[in-house]
Amino acid sequence: MSNATVQPSANAAKSQRRLPPEANILLVLVGISLVFEILGWMTQGQSFLFSWQRLSIMILQVSVIGIISVGVTQVIITGGIDLSSGSVVGGVAMFAMSFAQVSTYARAVYPSLTDLPAIVPILLGLGFGAVVGFVNGWLIAFTKIPPFIATLGTMVTVRGFAKWYTKGQPVSFPTEGFASIGKGMMPVLIFIAVAIIFHIAMKYTRYGKFTYAIGANMQAARVSGINVERHLIKVYVVAAVLAALAGMVVAARGQTAQAGMGLAYELDAIAMAVIGGVSLSGGRGSIIGTAIGMVIFGVIISGFTFLRLDAYYQEMIKGVIIVAAVVADVHRQKKRVKKS
Amino acid sequence: MVTAKTAAAIDRMKRRIEDMGVLSISGIRKEFPGVVALDNVQLKIRPGTVHALMGENGAGKSTLMKIIAGIYQPDAGEILLRGQPVTLKSPLDALEQGISMIHQELALMNSMTVAENIWIRREPKNGFGLIDHGKLFAMTQELFDRLNIKLDPKAQVADLTVAQKQMVEIAKAVSHDSDVLIMDEPTSAITEKEVEHLFTIIRDLRARGVGIVYITHKMNELFEIADEFTVFRDGKYVGTHSAKDVTRDDIIRMMVGREITDMFPKIDCPIGEVMLEVRNLDLPGVFHDISFQIRKGEILGLAGLVGSKRSNVAEALFGVTPAASGEILIEGEPVQIRSPREAMDHGIAFLTEDRKETGCFLILDCLENIQMALITRDHATAGFVDQKTVTKLAEDMAARLRVKTPNLSERVENLSGGNQQKLLIARWLLTKPRILILDEPTRGIDVGAKSEIHRLITGLAAEGVAVLMISSELPEVLGMSDRIMVMHEGHLAGFLDRAEADQVKIMDLAAR
Repeated sequence: MSNATVQPSANAAKSQRRLPPEANILLVLVGISLVFEILGWMTQGQSFLFSWQRLSIMILQVSVIGIISVGVTQVIITGGIDLSSGSVVGGVAMFAMSFAQVSTYARAVYPSLTDLPAIVPILLGLGFGAVVGFVNGWLIAFTKIPPFIATLGTMVTVRGFAKWYTKGQPVSFPTEGFASIGKGMMPVLIFIAVAIIFHIAMKYTRYGKFTYAIGANMQAARVSGINVERHLIKVYVVAAVLAALAGMVVAARGQTAQAGMGLAYELDAIAMAVIGGVSLSGGRGSIIGTAIGMVIFGVIISGFTFLRLDAYYQEMIKGVIIVAAVVADVHRQKKRVKKS
Repeated sequence: MVTAKTAAAIDRMKRRIEDMGVLSISGIRKEFPGVVALDNVQLKIRPGTVHALMGENGAGKSTLMKIIAGIYQPDAGEILLRGQPVTLKSPLDALEQGISMIHQELALMNSMTVAENIWIRREPKNGFGLIDHGKLFAMTQELFDRLNIKLDPKAQVADLTVAQKQMVEIAKAVSHDSDVLIMDEPTSAITEKEVEHLFTIIRDLRARGVGIVYITHKMNELFEIADEFTVFRDGKYVGTHSAKDVTRDDIIRMMVGREITDMFPKIDCPIGEVMLEVRNLDLPGVFHDISFQIRKGEILGLAGLVGSKRSNVAEALFGVTPAASGEILIEGEPVQIRSPREAMDHGIAFLTEDRKETGCFLILDCLENIQMALITRDHATAGFVDQKTVTKLAEDMAARLRVKTPNLSERVENLSGGNQQKLLIARWLLTKPRILILDEPTRGIDVGAKSEIHRLITGLAAEGVAVLMISSELPEVLGMSDRIMVMHEGHLAGFLDRAEADQVKIMDLAAR
């Protein structure tokens, strides 16, 4: 009996740990990459994977939505959803860019507020995101409306703001400083930094542990002394701030902001998380998983381009993969229920 | 179809003459993981009688009713309906074979009208195959007239009071013209006047030859309405008697005859100053005027039947649903407890009744489950959890409580009920509570784990912790408590000292 009780040593516990769930997703990534590699040699007579240029474009394409997905992952782990991220991208792009214009441009939004240091529009943009996130979190925590509805509301409202802000006119000509956050591989570097920060936060801090606890069992979290309402607000603020960051990166990269920017980004961000093993019923998933989900997304898009297949196929296959990922999640949960 | 129906009708009459009972079940066994809910039980319902089913919480009454209503499948045993062996595959199947049930929890669709609720799946259709609402409302009115229910068939169910909803449920069950009607605590939500109305309906149904199974905790109802009664205890059949032949005391004795085995009685330890005092705690509609004290080292047992609102008092003390008025004093100091967080600040810990719903994070690992309450308060610098220290504390506590798991990274859902319970106790012990509230600390766990938990509780009391222990198991209450507080329908029914308490006295207070 005593040898069946808990092992006193942490090392013993670690050695018995089974494969992390991310291993499965990594396997899927390897599988899909190999399929494109083989098809590449068969149809194009060249390698898909061994092209630095292709790989860097691929990562660059997905890392903006990857930044959003890091935040959305945390929301989904609480058992919620955030539909407002795409609109936040558009709204913040417009708002931040209007404070980042150069004085040499005659039709600046605020002619007296030009040539500001880049930190000003960046902080304003992040603040804008924080406000939207606070509204989301407050609605969900205190009015108890479903996250789907609360964030659907802010999604529509913020998109409306983006259009109203300049009456539909694009905002262009950013300062050098502001434009630099979208230059070259900056989006990828920002994604990596964000992913590392939140990987650590989710694993080693109260913030992360409470996030998982709320998603696993909100009632138990409350009884354990977690201030569930306050924590939910924090998580939605984080998600919207990351969407705001993504919005500024997009605007800086294109050197222009338009009200329609970021359309449907929220869906791609959710899809990356789900493909990465984040469970829509809450409590399970990780930033690493989402990062792998993001790469899978990238591989599919660039793989289809590489094979010179129609862009329409990409969309259709993307849909199939999202559904397949959710089916796999539901299947995993069924197995758990049977076991217990 | 017609011939089968006719044959059934002839058969039914024959059986009635032979007095076989409209529903007769025998040898029923039902196991859930870790517990035997029913063991070789029997029940015979005669047509035109009201048969009361009696037993303490957890005696197996509701489980048996769910089997008869087709919600659960029995592991063994035979069900004879009108003398024919039947299997009841689903609630719909049971309904179609002539068994309807009024559930303890109301199961109406709030966004639909009264009439739509009653005739769902059986709506009258017009020539186009669409629902004929005129006829639907007329049918409902007819039914209400027959039952003397004064309700608008067109009313939205959401707008009704709980008592009115209960009447709709009853009308719905009656509308099926079933041979067997099961009522699980039908009076728990309605007032005296409506109870009288319900009894009139029941007497009318009885006169029409319906066999009625009536589950209740209320003794006076039993004597007013029931013709026969059957007592269950711990999932076993105790006996069936005619209501005329017995007294209230006889029934209580049949219900409580549980044996005191596998219990770890409380060890005597010095009882100190008053730790927790509650004065006139009140939550309108839930509990009223609750006052008691618990001293250091004392275990106060809290007993009461379903509907006594025991758990609500515990939830109020822990700030889950705070009381509306009343005072809570800890070591003589008045305190405000508006959230679990504040309760924890005052050194209170609360093991909730439902392990799965409000206790465990089933999909997280053991370590996270044990440490969650602790890290909300301590062992974090700038948000970073001091995992090394906490892991050590958690491992030590798990070892002390003898949690059986290969390691602490095992998911909690893979553990047995007893080990899950120990993990939750470990979670609270890490917070070093001064006041420990335990709601059903040993429900649904095996005998070995049970006595370990009992030993642990008494050990904590010996260390000076004040313990409030809610339990439906009277032997547990009697074995562990220094004093016993009994609640009845949200009110204090009385206190019993360890020396004077016995099962009959507790039940006497709990069931009026």
